[in-house]
Amino acid sequence: MLQTLSLLVENKPGALMRVVGVLSARNYNVESLTVARTLDETLSRMTIVVDVDHKVRAQVVKQLNKLVNVLQAQDLTEERAVAREMILLRIRAEMANRTAILKEAEIFQARVVDSSIEGFAIECTGDPEKLDEFVDLMRSYGEIEVTRSGLVAVSLDPKKLRLASPIPVGAAAEEEEEERILAN
Amino acid sequence: MAATLPSLTSSGSLLSGSQILLECLKREGVEVIFGYPGGVTLPFYDALYDAPLKHVLVRHEQNAAFAAQGYTRATGKIGVCCATSGPGAMNLVTGLVDAMMDSIPVVALTGQVSSKLIGTDAFQEADTFGITRSATKHNFMVKHVSELPKIIHEAFYLAITGRPGPVLVDIPKDVFQGSAHYSPVDEIHLPGYRVYTEGHTGQIRRAAQMIWESERPMVYAGGGVIHSGAHHELRELVELADLPAVNTLMGLGALPGNHRNFISMPGMHGSYAANLGMYNTDLLIAIGVRFDDRVTGRLAAFAPHAKVIHIDIDPSEISKNRNADLPIVGDAKKVLTKLTKVMRELEPEMRGLKSAQRAEWWDTIRGWMDEHPLKPVFSMDEIKPQHLMAEIDRISGGEAIVCTDVGQHQMWAAQLIRYNHPRLWINSGGLGSMGFGLPSALGAQYACPDKLVFAIVGDGGFQMSIPEFATIANQQLPVKIIVMNNGYLGMVRQWQELFYNNRLSQVTLDTFPDAHMLAGAYGFPGKTIDKPEELRPALEECVKYSGPYMLNVRVTPFENVYPMVPAGGAINEMVLEQPKPVEVA
Repeated sequence: MLQTLSLLVENKPGALMRVVGVLSARNYNVESLTVARTLDETLSRMTIVVDVDHKVRAQVVKQLNKLVNVLQAQDLTEERAVAREMILLRIRAEMANRTAILKEAEIFQARVVDSSIEGFAIECTGDPEKLDEFVDLMRSYGEIEVTRSGLVAVSLDPKKLRLASPIPVGAAAEEEEEERILAN
Repeated sequence: MAATLPSLTSSGSLLSGSQILLECLKREGVEVIFGYPGGVTLPFYDALYDAPLKHVLVRHEQNAAFAAQGYTRATGKIGVCCATSGPGAMNLVTGLVDAMMDSIPVVALTGQVSSKLIGTDAFQEADTFGITRSATKHNFMVKHVSELPKIIHEAFYLAITGRPGPVLVDIPKDVFQGSAHYSPVDEIHLPGYRVYTEGHTGQIRRAAQMIWESERPMVYAGGGVIHSGAHHELRELVELADLPAVNTLMGLGALPGNHRNFISMPGMHGSYAANLGMYNTDLLIAIGVRFDDRVTGRLAAFAPHAKVIHIDIDPSEISKNRNADLPIVGDAKKVLTKLTKVMRELEPEMRGLKSAQRAEWWDTIRGWMDEHPLKPVFSMDEIKPQHLMAEIDRISGGEAIVCTDVGQHQMWAAQLIRYNHPRLWINSGGLGSMGFGLPSALGAQYACPDKLVFAIVGDGGFQMSIPEFATIANQQLPVKIIVMNNGYLGMVRQWQELFYNNRLSQVTLDTFPDAHMLAGAYGFPGKTIDKPEELRPALEECVKYSGPYMLNVRVTPFENVYPMVPAGGAINEMVLEQPKPVEVA
């Protein structure tokens, strides 16, 4: 099954390699991975979609949390979260089709970012299923080329909105953290 | 995770990277480095020339890592190894993965080509940082000399806290040569590194209740008990509730080998009683173990009637292989201290709750122990390998350090030699590296000069570690090298006999050096024996000799290790002895 993970990672050399290394060493398949800096320049946020057996889902999160450069790894698969992906799509369009293509793009709230005699470049954002439909639809109009960004996700859990590093302090915090780990 | 380091006197002076590294090592209490110099570590070795820090020059970098492990496993202190860039660092890798698998805190220092040459395929350049990523708990590359103190202290801190493991620091030549104002780092700040040591109070209370309430409890204690130094606490727990206990291969010595509650080792070559105990228990109290496949056999058939209490410092071990009914994340020593305290509180009302069932359980276990004990085999004509182990056990009396390689001799040494204290039994458990025994014995003997240290090795692994004869002789380390020589790669042959129709492919080791001449070439005595009556006097002579000694013991070639749980088998389905050959008319 597909599992969506959100990671807060120290922005250090080798951090990405460690995350990817753990996933490949444990035989977890990466479907998509995005990474960029957060507001705090010393940290990066990664969203990773892995294809794993249901039984090892907790194990994936634990293994990632074990990495010294990972401040927090959470499983958003069943959490309240918003997940979005972006595609850039080029389509070769004949004159006769151009209006129809623009209409379809409008329905999907896609934006034309380039227009030429050969066709269009279109940007579209949404959840992956919606983007799949859009790609299928565009394919019916002619030759296309697609680049997908991979999923980015954000948790909507109010407790998880943390601006500082999530470091538990003291025995009580440690117990709370342990409960969270065991609940996984 | 933040921590405070002991304060230091000197500060603010301008030092070279090499000198800063030496300062940091001094501050970490390092007394010896096992290493091998090379091109890019020249500046460091130059600084070492007049430093008080001791250096043991091994003869191959892999053995530097193994020797550092031997030092660590014997003492609990962090062992340090050092190698140059490229081939030097690459040779360390096996030793690091070995340490990783067995959670041994080792710090590896490697040289790297100068920063400006990195990525140019320079002479002796290798991507050590990338290659050792999965071979270590964590690794670092130092980009600037000013980072050096912080990184070195972080490396030592990471190695020994939490679940211990190897940490590597890759240091480019220009960092050794560069200079900076050295001011000691007083705090370690690793925001992504969390260690849970305390254990959940509520979970501990529930565990105490479950233990008192169980009818057929079984303690399954492993390497984590030894790393944590929780052997006294384990003993207290076991004695308090009169619990039967098994120690894994990594945990031998956690409970004394002669303790009345100690059953023996479970697993593929574990005892009948230990495996049936694990199979029939209703409460498995797992402490510092990882439910390794060599212990559990087929997982679905492992302890099928049991609830599992799993105490471990690494949350990722909880429910990794076997679901834990009651997980406790914490340091074994702290958790067991609390657990026995709560158990004592509950004792007045709960002791005796299941006393009839407990007595019956003990009777059953004692019955199994009597039925098929782990006992040596003797012959009038040949030295049986088990006989050899029994004699070593007699001399050791549960007190000697025993280092082994991997294979048949390792299993017999685990089964038949008692270990009455932790840190006596030193072997490559998880990775199973041949060539581990001799260099780890070197490290252990260096750390414990007054102890009797045996390197029990097979004739296969031995030939992977012969170069260290030079180190042992040079350092005058009185290691007792016992070669259990059956002329075969015994364990591989055992599997070929049992599972590959006895087609013995590439397992014959029919050329072996003459022990007397080999050891003699390095300046210490060596001897070969092959008669049972020679064994005791030869071992006594070997132990009595003041320096290193090699005893090559020719044993029965075709002897196999039993009991045996075939790979993927259930632990209650053991093969107890060699199948009888079929008579052909």
